[in-house]
Amino acid sequence: MYKIISLLSLLLLSACTTVQPWDKDLLAKPSMALVPSEIDNALDEHIYFSKEASMGGQGVGGGGCGCN
Amino acid sequence: MSNTKKIREKLTIASATLLQVTNVTAAEAPDDAWDIGTAVLFYSESDGRVSAIEPVISGTKEYKDGDIINLKAVFDSLTGATPTGAHASSVEQTFTNPSGKKPYTVAAGELPLDDTFLDTRVALSGSWNTAIFDEYSRLILGGNLSKEYDYSSLGVSANFLRDFNNRNTTFSAALGLSSDSIEPSGGVPTPFANMKVAGTGTNRDGTDESKTISDIMFGITQVINRSTLMQFNLGFSDTSGYMTDPYKIITVIDAAGLPTTSLTTDDLPYVYENRPDSRSRQTFFWKTVHHLTEDVINVSYRYHTDDWGIDSHTIDFHYRYELDNGSYLQPHLRYYSQSAADFFVTSLSESAAASATIADYASADYRLGEFVTNTIGLKYAMPVGKNSEFSVRAEVISQIQNDVGTPIGDQANHDLTPDLDSFIIQFGYDFYFNQ
Repeated sequence: MYKIISLLSLLLLSACTTVQPWDKDLLAKPSMALVPSEIDNALDEHIYFSKEASMGGQGVGGGGCGCN
Repeated sequence: MSNTKKIREKLTIASATLLQVTNVTAAEAPDDAWDIGTAVLFYSESDGRVSAIEPVISGTKEYKDGDIINLKAVFDSLTGATPTGAHASSVEQTFTNPSGKKPYTVAAGELPLDDTFLDTRVALSGSWNTAIFDEYSRLILGGNLSKEYDYSSLGVSANFLRDFNNRNTTFSAALGLSSDSIEPSGGVPTPFANMKVAGTGTNRDGTDESKTISDIMFGITQVINRSTLMQFNLGFSDTSGYMTDPYKIITVIDAAGLPTTSLTTDDLPYVYENRPDSRSRQTFFWKTVHHLTEDVINVSYRYHTDDWGIDSHTIDFHYRYELDNGSYLQPHLRYYSQSAADFFVTSLSESAAASATIADYASADYRLGEFVTNTIGLKYAMPVGKNSEFSVRAEVISQIQNDVGTPIGDQANHDLTPDLDSFIIQFGYDFYFNQ
């Protein structure tokens, strides 16, 4: 898996261009946030944590729960 | 507003977008205001199983020196019935509730559910996001606390972020530590001991247990071009301590696939489950956000693997369709599939149950089985006044279980791992609050 990730990362870095600060208008929009709604995301994470055996991926920590 | 100020604001927001840890949606933030997010989520499962109401309030404030504080409170109120781990059978089944005092019966052909399930949870969390070393590095310190009547959790986290490459690349390294404790109703069950007839004792070992969870995560967020952002995370998590579900049991069956009748006095044909006391998991996470002419696509994939034998794949897709006047519609699709834990069983034979020791592991918790979850949802949000937004979203979550193992005798007449549909509806209101 790590080889695939390394390869993907290299491909990614070689493919991207340097975007200047004055060209970041679209990236700066709230809708372009990686997590546009923290509340929706946290509620979803909590629901899926209680129903499935996987967790994490987006960050560390978060409230523990006796639900699983 | 002058052009210089506009550009400065945009740059600030762009940096915050790259940092991507707190919900910095400060595009129109008035000075000295708290960005408040509120929501109420209603959750219900088909067949009258669990239902929940979950109100949330979150406040984020950015100070003049660039520090960002976030405080959040979540309340969770659950009622309903939850599967015990025992499976449906052609005979009526009698169980004892967790306290060991009250019996309940489940009709032939019905999935055994514990309908005494009732819980309230309060979770509080906070984070402080501040510059460290220079203007290219940030440190986010967080803490969280949650409490239920039988469970409590205390966690801390630290996340370091550094921008490179004209702020087009952000590296992150995060550490998290959590300590959880459980005090099950009726005490901690003895692994593989039989559930007892109500009022005849409980087969318990002590009153409480605990576990610790350590997380480490490395991530890269990369601006691909003017309209595309990509994120990669690699996460490692170790849990040690008590991970058994004290309320879950396993049916012990005879050669005909019926709950065994070869029992000593006061025993019921169900034994308490037992899980390993360590778990090591790894996750790989990829996300891309892409701006089309007006709309935005947000797509992610997560691969999860652990030493319990659970591998899972999650694909998540949001499409934000911009309407007039700042409103938007956002369809959501999610696909999840997982393999069963190595020790997942639907039942135990009389000999397996009799010979099982603390060193053996078995659980019939459907969440450790093999299944697929499909989610379809839609959100609608509209601005209210200048700085507020109202939203509503509805989702349907379908969990489709696959049978694990070959049914024995009567087991073939029943759905041992029934599917489950859940529904959510959520109302949200975000606004700015001036002190």
